Amino acid sequence: MNNVEDNTASNNRLRFAGRVILKALMLFLLLNFVFAIWYPLPTLAKFSAYNVLFPGRQRLPYGDNPSKAYNLSLYNLDAMFASHELAGRVKPDDEFRVLVIGDSASWGFLLEPDQTLAAYINDSRAMLPDGRRVRAYNLGYPVMSLTKDLLILERAMQYEPDMIVWPLTLESFPYDKQLFPPLLQNNLRAVRELIQTHDLSLDTKDANFEELSWWKRTIVGGRRQLADLLRLQLYGVLWAATGIDQDIPETYTLRQEDLEADRGFHNLQPPHLQASDLALEILSAGVRLAGDTPVLLVNEPMFISQGQNSDIRYNFYYPRWAYDDYRRIMSEESQRKNWQYLDLWNAVPGSEFTNSAVHMTPDGTRLYASQVLRAILDVAKSSPK
Amino acid sequence: MTLTHILVFALVSLVVGWAVPSRWRGWVLLGASLLAVYWLQPSTPIRYLDFWFPTASILLTVITWAATRTPQAQPSRRGMVGAALVVGLILVVALLRYAGPACCLTPSRPPDIWRVLGVFAMAALLVAIPIRFPVSKRFLVPAIIFLILGLFIMLKSPAISRWASEWLRVSGGQSALLAAASDLPWLGFSYLAFRLLHVLRDYQGGKLPAYDFGEFVTYAIFYPSYTAGPIDRSQRFIGDLRSATPGKISEALKPVNDPARQEQFVQGGTRILVGLFKKFVVADGLALIALNSQNAVQVTSTLWMWVLLYAYALRIYFDFAGYTDIALGLARWVGIRLPENFDRPYLKQNLTAFWNSWHMTLAQWFRAYFFNPFTRYLRSRRLNIPTWVIIFIGQLSTMLLIGLWHGITWNYAAWGAWHGVGLFMHNRWSDWTRSRLSGIVERPQLRKVMAFGGWLLTFNYIALGWVFFALPSLELALDVFKSLFGI
Repeated sequence: MNNVEDNTASNNRLRFAGRVILKALMLFLLLNFVFAIWYPLPTLAKFSAYNVLFPGRQRLPYGDNPSKAYNLSLYNLDAMFASHELAGRVKPDDEFRVLVIGDSASWGFLLEPDQTLAAYINDSRAMLPDGRRVRAYNLGYPVMSLTKDLLILERAMQYEPDMIVWPLTLESFPYDKQLFPPLLQNNLRAVRELIQTHDLSLDTKDANFEELSWWKRTIVGGRRQLADLLRLQLYGVLWAATGIDQDIPETYTLRQEDLEADRGFHNLQPPHLQASDLALEILSAGVRLAGDTPVLLVNEPMFISQGQNSDIRYNFYYPRWAYDDYRRIMSEESQRKNWQYLDLWNAVPGSEFTNSAVHMTPDGTRLYASQVLRAILDVAKSSPK
Repeated sequence: MTLTHILVFALVSLVVGWAVPSRWRGWVLLGASLLAVYWLQPSTPIRYLDFWFPTASILLTVITWAATRTPQAQPSRRGMVGAALVVGLILVVALLRYAGPACCLTPSRPPDIWRVLGVFAMAALLVAIPIRFPVSKRFLVPAIIFLILGLFIMLKSPAISRWASEWLRVSGGQSALLAAASDLPWLGFSYLAFRLLHVLRDYQGGKLPAYDFGEFVTYAIFYPSYTAGPIDRSQRFIGDLRSATPGKISEALKPVNDPARQEQFVQGGTRILVGLFKKFVVADGLALIALNSQNAVQVTSTLWMWVLLYAYALRIYFDFAGYTDIALGLARWVGIRLPENFDRPYLKQNLTAFWNSWHMTLAQWFRAYFFNPFTRYLRSRRLNIPTWVIIFIGQLSTMLLIGLWHGITWNYAAWGAWHGVGLFMHNRWSDWTRSRLSGIVERPQLRKVMAFGGWLLTFNYIALGWVFFALPSLELALDVFKSLFGI
């Protein structure tokens, strides 16, 4: 009798276990299916602990050493913006909001968050004649590509800027540089829309673009993105606790002083750089995208070498002929298109550059900021409120 | 243990628990444990050490078995088969050196076979002595205890470890310049040492039953609990092992739908899943924000320092408890109930209750083999030492030793002392309040307030103790204390 009862109980348990496993499996598949159809990552990304539990970041998330920088690179633009202080502030009436985009020089490579171009502009506590205080926000991102700048600008416009400061350097202009950043390759739809809307001469079928396959839309396939979202929130604790968002080494190799006798720039050779070699149409698109908001284009300072072969090249990035042509083209184009353009190419002494020809020391950045601020005030005064 | 290790162990446990006839299970468990000891061992910068460490673990176990073999035990066929399996598998691991692309189970190539055979010959001699001359056990057992303690001190003391690393490097023809204390990551030794010490002390106390060779080795290096415990007692473990591996045909042919097996499968699976969640989701998530020597000097406010400290406290619990759950679940699948190691320790209302529910098997080990004999000794000397002094010395020294078990450094000593003093204070407080606060029982509201206060105080005392544990130097720990209290 006992054996029969045991066997019945045992069979019941086996059936029960089987049903549990089957239901769990079905639920798991269903969840993945619903997730893939709905694809809530962009929505999830908007829910951020930043600006709620801890202060928003002063610059966009970027970093390849999260355990030391308390920061990480991710490609979810919504999450990146949600973690920024900009997302947590309702624009006060007395604020003249300046959004600073651009590359690593704007973001502040090897600089603390309060040593960046935007931070030094804020330090000046500048006021406009109408009583509005100039408040700059750092939306730089450490990659050289005008298309990347355009992508960020497009997102940034929802934050009611009064002015855009767009620092530039020649390295961001070549067409072969435009689509290489992973941030673009992982935001395929947004980039394609930009290309189509502004009729840019870029390939929407670029081989590097990450197509969002059905598999990647599932929870399992998108686990990396989900984990990145979670890690970004967790690192917010350490960002709030320490104010650190970059691993700045105590020592680093200084920018190159002695240079190769190389006259080439990307796939171009002297004597002349043509306007068509540069993605100037992206600047036009940016200015158009900003609409009534004035855009201040700034040719950012760079290191000018005095070392070996400095008669051929200005620095590691630029041969003299190409850079001189670039400055000439930018000047002509700005006049032609009525752009607000400030050329600060040699505004900072060579001693104030750090590990690259475009990364400045805190003092160099402060000097740079003072000149940008002067231009901001000039442009602001001449623009309607 | 990484996720890969856990996945493979889970598969092995499933196969052993469901597909292997029970009379073979013992052998399969022994073989799997032997191979796991090599597979789990991390790489070392000292040549061949990632082969010699696991081998030394196994040989130390074998020598301990020989030294603690009861006089009644006769050489048996099972024992011989077990010995052959141990030797055979070590040789297979060593011979993988010559297996080309199939090399190796160890992180680097094992030494050449002649060296391995040479070490085997020496080990065989050591094993033969107590078997051939039982009288030698009187000296051999204490010698093994001292050897284990000596190795322990060497591995846990940074200065001696570095010195040993220099010596090993020079002996192996490597430069001593790069020697570091971290060169000697002998995986699982802490737990193995405590299992062997327990066996040796029980043998000396005449409390050790006769064990089969294979059973004993399986107990010492059982793969689910090899790296992170729990520290089981041999008597209990081997009793379970014998139940799980009855060796009778009738038992071996039990149907798959045997209710007991289903029960153990469900229980084991649940523990493994819970453990995986605790370790790889909760603990690893908290690890990103937990207090450490890097962020301790970077935190800018008192509030955030507390947040990081609480994150550390929770992280260390979920990490350790997670691994324990996984170990218990894996063991359950093969029919063995390892002892519990945690029982909601952070919810306890006093420090004594905490230590009865945190790393329970370690605390029990120290209670059985240090605290009880030591306090008995203090009492028996008729030195007229007041009871409270005996309690103070007993608790402080026990906790100091538990601290030093983690590493012979000032910070672990401070952590141990912190808990020793805390336990003593609680002991005195309990004594003092026993009669005075007896009226609380009749006042439920006040009882609740007292319980909450006890929990709050206990948890924060424990959390503050983790400052010493988390940080490598006392200076840094004191700086963090200052920051925590806004000084």
